[in-house]
Amino acid sequence: PFRHSTNSSMIPPLTGTNLNQSGSEMQFMLLFSRQGKLRLQKWYVPLCDKEKKKITRELVQTVLARKPKMCSFLEWRDLKIVYKRYASLYFCCAIEDQDNELITLEIIHRYVELLDKYFGSVCELDIIFNFEKAYFILDEFLLGGEAQETSKKNVLKAIEQADLLQEEAETPRSVLEEIGLT
Amino acid sequence: MPAVSKGDGMRGLAVFISDIRNCKSKEAEIKRINKELANIRSKFKGDKALDGYSKKKYVCKLLFIFLLGHDIDFGHMEAVNLLSSNKYTEKQIGYLFISVLVNSNSELIRLINNAIKNDLSSRNPTFMCLALHCIANVGSREMAEAFAGEIPRILVAGDTMDSVKQSAALCLLRLYKTSPDLVLMGEWTSRVVHLLNDQHMGVVTAAISLITCLSQKNPDEFKTCVSLAVSRLSRDYTYYFVPAPWLSCKLLRLLQCYPPPEDGAVKGRLVECLETILNKAQEPPKSKKVQHSNAKNAILFEAISLIIHYDSEPNLLVRACNQLGQFLQHRETNLRYLALESMCTLASSEFSHEAVKTHIETVINALKTERDVSVRQRAADLLYAMCDRSNAKQIVAEMLSYLETADYSIREEMVLKVAILAEKYAVDYSWYVDTILNLIRIAGDYVSEEVWYRVIQIVINRDDVQGYAAKTVFEALQAPACHENMVKVGGYILGEFGNLIAGDPRSSPLVQFNLLHSKFHLCSVPTRALLLSAYIKFINLFPETKSTIQEVLRSDSQIRNSDVELQQRAVEYLKLSSIASTDVLATVLEEMPPFPERESSILAKLKKKKGPGAVSVNELEEGKREGGELNGGGERGADNSNMAASNASTPSPSADLLGLRAGPPVNAAAPSAGSLLVDVFSEAGANDDGFLRDLEPPTESSDSLLAEGPGDSDSAPPSVVSEDPAAPLPESNELLNKFVCKNNGVLFENQLLQIGIKSEYRQNLGRMYLFYGNKTSVQFLTFTTTVTCPGELQSHILFMCTFKKLNVQAKPVEPLIEGGAQVQQVINIECLGDFCDAPLLNIKFRYGGALQNFSLKLPVTINKFFQPTEMASNDFFQRWKQLSQPQQEAQKIFKASHGMDTEVIKAKLLGLGMALLENVDPNPENFVCAGVIQTKAQQVGSLLRLEPNSQAQMYRLTVRSSKDTVSQRLCELLAEQF
Repeated sequence: PFRHSTNSSMIPPLTGTNLNQSGSEMQFMLLFSRQGKLRLQKWYVPLCDKEKKKITRELVQTVLARKPKMCSFLEWRDLKIVYKRYASLYFCCAIEDQDNELITLEIIHRYVELLDKYFGSVCELDIIFNFEKAYFILDEFLLGGEAQETSKKNVLKAIEQADLLQEEAETPRSVLEEIGLT
Repeated sequence: MPAVSKGDGMRGLAVFISDIRNCKSKEAEIKRINKELANIRSKFKGDKALDGYSKKKYVCKLLFIFLLGHDIDFGHMEAVNLLSSNKYTEKQIGYLFISVLVNSNSELIRLINNAIKNDLSSRNPTFMCLALHCIANVGSREMAEAFAGEIPRILVAGDTMDSVKQSAALCLLRLYKTSPDLVLMGEWTSRVVHLLNDQHMGVVTAAISLITCLSQKNPDEFKTCVSLAVSRLSRDYTYYFVPAPWLSCKLLRLLQCYPPPEDGAVKGRLVECLETILNKAQEPPKSKKVQHSNAKNAILFEAISLIIHYDSEPNLLVRACNQLGQFLQHRETNLRYLALESMCTLASSEFSHEAVKTHIETVINALKTERDVSVRQRAADLLYAMCDRSNAKQIVAEMLSYLETADYSIREEMVLKVAILAEKYAVDYSWYVDTILNLIRIAGDYVSEEVWYRVIQIVINRDDVQGYAAKTVFEALQAPACHENMVKVGGYILGEFGNLIAGDPRSSPLVQFNLLHSKFHLCSVPTRALLLSAYIKFINLFPETKSTIQEVLRSDSQIRNSDVELQQRAVEYLKLSSIASTDVLATVLEEMPPFPERESSILAKLKKKKGPGAVSVNELEEGKREGGELNGGGERGADNSNMAASNASTPSPSADLLGLRAGPPVNAAAPSAGSLLVDVFSEAGANDDGFLRDLEPPTESSDSLLAEGPGDSDSAPPSVVSEDPAAPLPESNELLNKFVCKNNGVLFENQLLQIGIKSEYRQNLGRMYLFYGNKTSVQFLTFTTTVTCPGELQSHILFMCTFKKLNVQAKPVEPLIEGGAQVQQVINIECLGDFCDAPLLNIKFRYGGALQNFSLKLPVTINKFFQPTEMASNDFFQRWKQLSQPQQEAQKIFKASHGMDTEVIKAKLLGLGMALLENVDPNPENFVCAGVIQTKAQQVGSLLRLEPNSQAQMYRLTVRSSKDTVSQRLCELLAEQF
C-alpha cells in the first residue's frame, strides 16, 4: 500500500497482510512522580530487571525534560511513547509502531478515572499506600497489555466485590483478635 | 499517615511505608529496609507458624521493597503458600507477588502451576480470574505448556462467566504470543470467531484482540471474522460508537489484517461506516472535554489507517487527506503530530499523493515554527515522503535551511534524507553538487562517509558535471574554515578533474595545489592520505607542479611521518614521480573509471539507522516480514541479517575511492554496469534504480554484486540466439530447488536482467508476482515472456497468464523496459491435479540489437499447495499405518549438503508448507510433518518423517501419501533441500 515501497522495492508487499505481526498492544506502563520516583510499573513483555531499570531511568528522564505544552507522543527506540501528566504523576505507556496513540491516551485516562472513582479523588499518596490496589485495578482493566474490560462500572464492580470478599473474610478474624485468641 | 486505606488496611504495611517516606536520606532508607528485611526473615524462619494475615502482610512488604528498586531473594515460598489460601485477599496478594517477581525456579513453578490448576478448576469465577491474570502476567513457557490446552476450553465453554471469558481470551493471547507453537488451533477456533457476536461488550473487546493476533498468523482460518467485524462495526457505530471507542478501534484494526472484503454487500457496509466516521469528524463536538475528541479521533485515525491499508478507494483516500489537512492547523499539538504522521503514509499512495502535496506550505511552516522537536521531526519525515520531481528543489532547500538550526538528535538523519532526495530527484547535476556541498558546509559533522562517497561516485560517472564540480569545490575551499569532509571531496575532485578549471589563472594548477595544501595540516590522517594521492595525480595532470610537490613529499614531515600509511604514500609517490616515464605515470594515474552501480550507500545507511521516515520504516518492515516468510534455511542463515549482509556485500567504498595503494583499476568495470548510475537521473521512470538493490533479499544481492566483476561473464546470455523459445538454462533446476521451501526472492540474475519473485498460495490457488528489472542503462525492446506447461502439467495446472489472454485483471508485461526500470507481471495459478514438472518461463527481448532468449523453470512445485494439518501422536501413527502400501511410500537416504542445524531444518520444513508436529516421534531428534495437498480434483494427504544422523551427516527421509506420484515427487524435491 505504500508508494515508496512499491516503487522502489523489488517485491511489493502482498495485499492483505499486515505489517505488525508481533507484540502486545502495550509493552509496558510506568507511573512516576515529578521527582522521578517510580510509583507503579507494569511490564507486558518479558524483560530482565536490569533492562527494566535502564528503560525506566531513560524514559523518566526523557519525559520529565519535556515542556508542558508539548505533544503527548514521542518516538523512543522503535516504540512510541504515550504519556500524560495528572497532577504530580506521569502516566507513561509504550506501544508499537502500528498502534493508536489517541486510544492509548484514553486508556490512561480511563485508568485514572478508575483510580479516582475507587479512592475518591485519587492522589499520589493513595497509590503509594495502596499500591497493591492500583495493581488489582489495572489487572481488571488491562490484561497482557490489551483492554479487557472498558466499562468503568464493570471494573469497579469486580474490585468492590473483591473488597467485600475480603471484609467478610477479615471480620471474624478481628473479633478473634479482640478476645485475644491469636 | 493518610486515612486512605481501603478494604483490609494492613496497618503494619502502612506504617512501614510511612517510615520509608519519612527517611531523610537514602542511607536512612536502606537502613530501615534492612531492618525490615531482617524482621521478615526472622518471622518466616521462626518456629511459630504464621497465620495467613501476617504472611500476606510480610509478602506485601517485600513486594513494596522490591518495587522501590531493591533486590528480594526470599519470600517466594510464602507467596506460593498464599496461593492456596481460601481467603481471597491472601490469594490475591500471593498472585500479585508471583506476577511481579517471577522466578524461574523450577520447583516453585511446579507449585505455582499446581495452585493455578486448582483455581482454574474451582468453578469460582473470582479465583479463576485471578489464576488467569497470573498466567497472562507471567506468560512463561512453562505456564504455556501447562495451560495452553485448558484455556481454550474455558474460553468457549457454554457455562463460563463473561468476566472469566474476557480474562481467558487475553490470557490465551499472551500465551500465543510467547509460545505460538503450544497453542494449537482446533475446534475452538471457529467458536472464538463467533465471540464477535457476543452480547457482552467486554467479551467482544477482549476476544477481538485475540482474534486479531490469530488472524495475522492464520488468515484463512479466521476469514469469517471480516463480515462479522463489519456488521459489528456498523451496528455499534449506530448505537454506541463514541461510547465504545476501544471496541471500534480494535474492530478497525482487525480489518487491517485482511484485504478489502470481496462480498459486495459487506464492502458496501464497510465503506458506508468509513464514510460515516469521516462525516462525524466534521460535526461539531458533542462535548468540550478532550476525552471526547480523543475518542472520536482515535477512531478516525484507525479508520484512516484502514483506508490506507486498502489503498483502493481514491475517494476515501482523498477525504482522509483533507481531514488530516485540517488537523495540520489544529490547536492541539497531539492532533498536529498525528496528522503529520498519518499523512506520511498517505503520501505513499498514488491516489492521495497529489492531495498530500497541496499541504506543502503548511508542513514547511510546521518544520519552521513547531516548538516541539518531535512534531518537527514528523514534519521533516512528511516532507521527505511527499517529495517528488515537482517539489524536490523546494523541499530540499527547506530541509537544508532547517538543518542550520535543527536539533542535534535528528541532524544526521536529515542529512541522509537531503542527500537521498537530492540524488533521487536531481535533474541537473550542478544542483545536485551544490546541494551536497551545502550539506557539508552546513552540517559537515553529520555528513557520514556514505554521503561524500556518493557525490564522488556520481561526479566520476557524469562527465558533464565534472567541470562544474571542480569549480564549485575550488570555490568552497576558499572559505577560511571549511569542514574536513569538504577537504576530502575537494582533494578527490581536484585530483581527478582539476585540469578542467586550470585554464583560468585564478585557479591555475599551482593555486589549486596551494589551496589544498593549506588545509593539509589541519586534517586527520585519512584525509592527509587522500590529499597525498591527490598530489601525485596533480604531478600527472600538471607537470609544472612536479617540483613543488616533490619538495613537499620529500620534506621530513611527510617522508618521515610517524604514521606508517602517510610515510609509505609519501615514499612511494615520490619514487613513482621521479622514476616513472610520463607515459607510465599517465597509465598508472589514469582517470578513474566509472563506478559500477551498487546499492546506494546512503540509503543503506538510512535504513540502518533506526530512523522513522516513511520510506525507511516501510523498507525495514518489508525486510522483517520477508525474513518471517522466507524460511530460507541454510544458505541464507539468519534472515534478519538482511542489512548486515547487503552491507557486507557492498565492496568497501573506501577501497574503491581511496585505494590508490592498490593502483587504480586499469581495466574498467563492466561497461553496462558502470553507466547504470547515470540513469538514476535521466528518466522519471527509472528514478528508483539506485535504490532497487537495497530491497533485494540478502543472499541474492550479494551474489549479484560478486558477479559484477569485469571478467565475470558466465551468466551472460549467448551472443547468437534463435527466435524459438530456448531450452531451460542448465541452472534452472537448481534455481527451482531454491524456491521449494520459500516463496519469495530473486529467481534469476545475469548482467542484464534480474527477476524477482513473490508468490502466495491459498488452497489450490496461487498468485505469483514476477519482477523484471533492467540492470543496464539501455532499453530492452520487444520484451516478451511466455509461460508454458510442459507435457503432463498442461492438463493439470491452468495458467491464466496476464499477457496471454482471457479473464485477466492485471496489465500485460510492458514490451519495453527502460534502463534501470522494473516491470511486474502477475501470474495466477490453479492446481487441478498433482503434477511433477514445473512450468517454463521463456523470456525474449532485444538488448542493443541482440536478441536475448532464455528459459527458466517457474518455481511452482506441488508442495506449494499444502495445507498444514495438526494432529496428535496417536492420530499420526494411525494414519501412517493406513498408508502402508509399498507404492505409497517413498524413501531416500542422502548426505547432508548443509549444516544440520535443527532450527534451519525446522524452518525449511515449515517453508515446505506442512505442519511440523512436536512430540510425535519417540525420538526427539526426528522431524515429523503432516499436510494435505489441495488440488481441484482431489486432496492428497501426506505424512513425512525426516531422521537426521548427525554423526554420519546423513538423513533418511520417508514420505507417505495417498498418491504414489506425490510421495515420489516430494521425496525428490526435499532431498535437495538439506
